[in-house]
Amino acid sequence: MTALAKLFRTTAFKLSAVYLVLFAFGAGIVLTQVGARVKAVLDEQIAQTVDSEIRALVEQYAEGGVRQLVEAVERRVREPGGSLYLVTSRGGEELAGNVAVPTNMPAAGGDLVETMYRRRDEMNETRHAMMRMFDLPGGFRVLIGHDIEDHEVLRGILRQALGVSLFWLFMIGALGGLFMAYRVLERVDVMSASSRRIMAGALDERLVVSGAGDELDRLATSLNAMLERIGELMKGLREVSDNIAHDLKTPLTRLRNRAEDAARSASSMEDCRAALASVIEESDGLIRVFDALLMIARAEAGYSSDTMGAFDAADVTRDIVEMYEPVAEEQGAILNETVEEGLTVFGNRDLLGQALVNLVDNALKYGASGAGASVDVAARRVGGNVEISVADRGPGVAVADRERVLGRFVRLENSRSRPGSGLGLSLAAAVARVHQGALRIEDNAPGLRAVLSLPAARMKGVTSRPERPKA
Amino acid sequence: MRILVIEDDKEASAYLVKAFREHGHVADCAADGLTGYAGAREGEYDVLIVDRMLPKLDGLSLISGLREQKVETPALILSALGQVDDRVKGLRAGGDDYLTKPYAFSELLARVEALARRRVGPRAEETVYRVGDLELDRLAHKVTVEGQEIALQPREFRLLEYLMKHAGQVVTRTMLLENVWDYHFDPQTNVIDVHISRLRAKIDKGRETPLLHTVRGAGYMIRDGAR
Repeated sequence: MTALAKLFRTTAFKLSAVYLVLFAFGAGIVLTQVGARVKAVLDEQIAQTVDSEIRALVEQYAEGGVRQLVEAVERRVREPGGSLYLVTSRGGEELAGNVAVPTNMPAAGGDLVETMYRRRDEMNETRHAMMRMFDLPGGFRVLIGHDIEDHEVLRGILRQALGVSLFWLFMIGALGGLFMAYRVLERVDVMSASSRRIMAGALDERLVVSGAGDELDRLATSLNAMLERIGELMKGLREVSDNIAHDLKTPLTRLRNRAEDAARSASSMEDCRAALASVIEESDGLIRVFDALLMIARAEAGYSSDTMGAFDAADVTRDIVEMYEPVAEEQGAILNETVEEGLTVFGNRDLLGQALVNLVDNALKYGASGAGASVDVAARRVGGNVEISVADRGPGVAVADRERVLGRFVRLENSRSRPGSGLGLSLAAAVARVHQGALRIEDNAPGLRAVLSLPAARMKGVTSRPERPKA
Repeated sequence: MRILVIEDDKEASAYLVKAFREHGHVADCAADGLTGYAGAREGEYDVLIVDRMLPKLDGLSLISGLREQKVETPALILSALGQVDDRVKGLRAGGDDYLTKPYAFSELLARVEALARRRVGPRAEETVYRVGDLELDRLAHKVTVEGQEIALQPREFRLLEYLMKHAGQVVTRTMLLENVWDYHFDPQTNVIDVHISRLRAKIDKGRETPLLHTVRGAGYMIRDGAR
């Protein structure tokens, strides 16, 4: 597409073309109206002049008969001006006047009509005139009129003015439209050039906001916000893939080594079976890590709302505590629960269950190793939130590590020797984010307290559905 | 049991058909959605295994199409999409169970057998389950061994109830978490095992051949060891 064709196809140009046509139409109407008014006023003037002439001539005729009439006409003919006269006798003989008998005579006694005439002294030139004919007693006829050739000139001038102004209107309009289109196109071109560069990989570049606050600026601002969000998601994705590269290679290598070792040195069917079983176990662990990672990534990208509903977080908390009670008992720890009634939240029950499983599991694994250790699980309403806390009396997490420990695959030094993927807390944090909440890591003095804080569903009545949070 | 595997990946379906035959079932496969739909409508199958992403007709449309035609053969959906909302969509479309790839065959087999049993079995109406000398009365909420009542926690009762309902079948940890606790996620840790060992301590105490067996790499099964 050539640059000019591009210019013609812009919205700005099309808009100005439409306005141009409308404007030209308007100007046409105005000038035509002015022309019509002017003509009406002039015609009225002529009618008055002609009427007063007629009255004067009728008076002359009444005073001195035809002779005086002819004399008066001849006197008037000699005066300068556009007045036209013709007096004829009963037989059609011209008695006085400055006009030849017109080809189309107006009817006697009729109104003023527009017609053509020739002056006696310039017989080869026809001109426009308004004329009126009337009869006098005795068969005489008098034709009185007024030359309107200068009206025609005026009309011509108006017509020309209309033409010229329309011409300039079109020129200025078209050029102005092109100029405006060019200005807009220039900015759009800058924007699309930027977006092409961004697409090509310059992800940090942003669209230019001119500061004029116009619609293009608003568009650029929105697009920039979108780019920002995409950038964040990309960063998250890159982090995930970095983590995967980093932390999944270890178990994969282990898996490969075991298989290789079995292939090389297994001497009996038994050995093979055992090696394969350990390979399967290892790959199951990998699958779990993948699932957790996918779930975190999915949670960060936002969850679809049709699997979310209102449910009682108190029930979920009690379920999970009950589920883990035997586990705690087996390792000689006590699991205490303090759960308030009716903690309705809006979200996904399975996700919350999984998050709590991770927290309780963590607490039992890292914070309740000694005999007589205890883990306290509490669920209560704090302001507009439902807070579920899991607290242990173990070594806790240093202040500096509290933020970091929520990241993916982060395993603190003293936990490296124990089984785990380092995804438990980050998964719980992701679940909190899905519910528009947050996971806080606090000091239980001594020990660690993990608090899942979720917005409580607002119940407007017993039966009404709680409002859905914005996805 | 007759099983129809609707799966477009040749290797995966060949593996499934072979494995099902090894376990004594009759298995056919269909490589695309339309063939699978036709097969499921005409064939007398006990269970359908449906991949979600299929050429010509996707798995969910296939199942909802069958349900519209009043074909009520239980269907298990296999999918690489394992997220919570995908599972809900699958079950909403008329699927009876949902399993995420990659899966352990033992898990799939256990679920397929449970689905087939659910269809055939009038067991759901039975009020007393019996395995050997172990008796569970669902109405009276009573469990007896040789006529002697043993005290169980409510959750232990439900655990035993589910195991006995599927007596002679392998029940996986995930199935237990889903059906006894009603949570749909991977239990990850040994939490189910601990509950099982508590239950085992109560019902198998002092028994020479236990009723509650651990099936390695798969799950648990309750059966009368004497038979």
